[in-house]
Amino acid sequence: MKKKYSITSIIKNSLSDNENWGKMWRNPNPKKHYDVIIVGGGGHGLGTAYYLAKHHGVKNIAVIEKGWLGSGNTGRNTTIIRSNYLWDESANLYDHAVKLWENLSEDLNYNMMFSQRGVLNLAHNEHDIKEIKRRVSANRLNGLDTMWLDKNEVKDLVPIMNTNNLRYPVLGAAYQPRGGVARHDAVAWGYAMRADELGVDIIQNCEVKGIKTDNYKVEGVETTKGFIKSSKIGVVASGHTSVLAATAGVRLPLQSRPLQALVSEPIKPVINTVVMSNAVHAYVSQSDKGELVIGAGTDGYNSFTQRGGYDVIEETVRAIVELYPIFGKMKMLRQWGGIVDICPDASPIISKCDVEGLYFNCGWGTGGFKATPGSANVFAHTIAKDEPHKINAPFALSRFSDGRLIDEHGAAAVAH
Amino acid sequence: MILIKCPYCGQRDQSEFANGGEAHVIRPKNPESLSDKDWGEYVFYRNNPKGIFYERWVHSHGCKKWFNAVRNTSTDQILKVYKVNEKRPDLSDFENTLKSPSGEPLVGSGNFAVKK
Repeated sequence: MKKKYSITSIIKNSLSDNENWGKMWRNPNPKKHYDVIIVGGGGHGLGTAYYLAKHHGVKNIAVIEKGWLGSGNTGRNTTIIRSNYLWDESANLYDHAVKLWENLSEDLNYNMMFSQRGVLNLAHNEHDIKEIKRRVSANRLNGLDTMWLDKNEVKDLVPIMNTNNLRYPVLGAAYQPRGGVARHDAVAWGYAMRADELGVDIIQNCEVKGIKTDNYKVEGVETTKGFIKSSKIGVVASGHTSVLAATAGVRLPLQSRPLQALVSEPIKPVINTVVMSNAVHAYVSQSDKGELVIGAGTDGYNSFTQRGGYDVIEETVRAIVELYPIFGKMKMLRQWGGIVDICPDASPIISKCDVEGLYFNCGWGTGGFKATPGSANVFAHTIAKDEPHKINAPFALSRFSDGRLIDEHGAAAVAH
Repeated sequence: MILIKCPYCGQRDQSEFANGGEAHVIRPKNPESLSDKDWGEYVFYRNNPKGIFYERWVHSHGCKKWFNAVRNTSTDQILKVYKVNEKRPDLSDFENTLKSPSGEPLVGSGNFAVKK
């Protein structure tokens, strides 16, 4: 790995007005054939290509993206990272990701701005307290650093929070200090740069229109730049995964819905942790630029319009203002939506399917960003070895017929 | 935000309604002879097209009646609303509302800049 970024390179490039940094990755024309094709150039897809090349020695890989890199949900989320999920399977998967996050900047020599500022999940009623305490206990049995905080401890951590004088008072919270946020673009760009360095062809502005199969075996993908042959195809297309799967005759238990987020005007630092609340549908953190990053819920119906309904934002903002009266007069700058693929049990699918050589990494629903490195890492293993890694084995498609669901509706939080 | 024309009450805001997912899903008549896979299909698998989607709505803050709708999920345009006991409209009735191979119409999908 070439060390592109260091204090000396910054000084050197500043002398030439930062004109000579060079391109971070090539922009190649697609070849006729690849050993592995990854459909979807977000963090999960680019990461998969990187780990395939780095850990599994696969040489001839392409990542095909219909827009620009990270233009889908990788660039549209609220960048929250945590692993405080209830079940053992999920704790393993999400904490695998958190552990990779902790060294990712160094691993890729690209600053992820990973900030372990802690994540709070608020409890607003008796049931919340019981459910969250149960989850904290389950987390601790899995060796996670989650803990229960009472109301005063929450107030100490977030002094601007109104804990008493509201319809759903804050009674306590689960707190995971290792959780936090990262810079979403950096994830896509860091993986892209290092994957490119290892010979991966990153093909942007090229839409995969269909997956060609013959007798339950993949043959390649039909794209806007022509047909590309491959015997292994990994689909990591979030909201559009089921559309692509349908072209290969595969049905997935996914429903696509818009999920919205919004940011405010930048202000001085007022909140130095991430606060989530299931009961009143609100989560908020403050970016390094000073903007409040606010996550809203999903629309109540299937849709592929990357917008989302206004009533959903209204509900979230209402809760935010009640929880933090200090934000009452703030202006919101931007709002956007991403299409998330929601699974019946709110857990992802990282799996092979009935078609030989076709792999899916999907169903992340409203919470895929936090898992990016872990998901990419185990998905690369699944593709390279044609069998799941022990971490993602429970996340197979077969769980929807054998009944081994991993129900994370509680931990997946706000938007489901 | 969409306006939905309830067949009983007329045009109302979408926030008055709740969505009931895919329409015309029929419970298998022979559950005892179904394999786990087939039963799983019925319980968990629903169509998720980018384009024409047959779905159920209930006017939960109004007449509380269920009805069906045909909607283009890439634009949120509602193409038809019909009562539960009415016949499912043919897919071919709506085909000309879809323009591109993957289902995005040229105007107004929100995924792409508006093209002429």
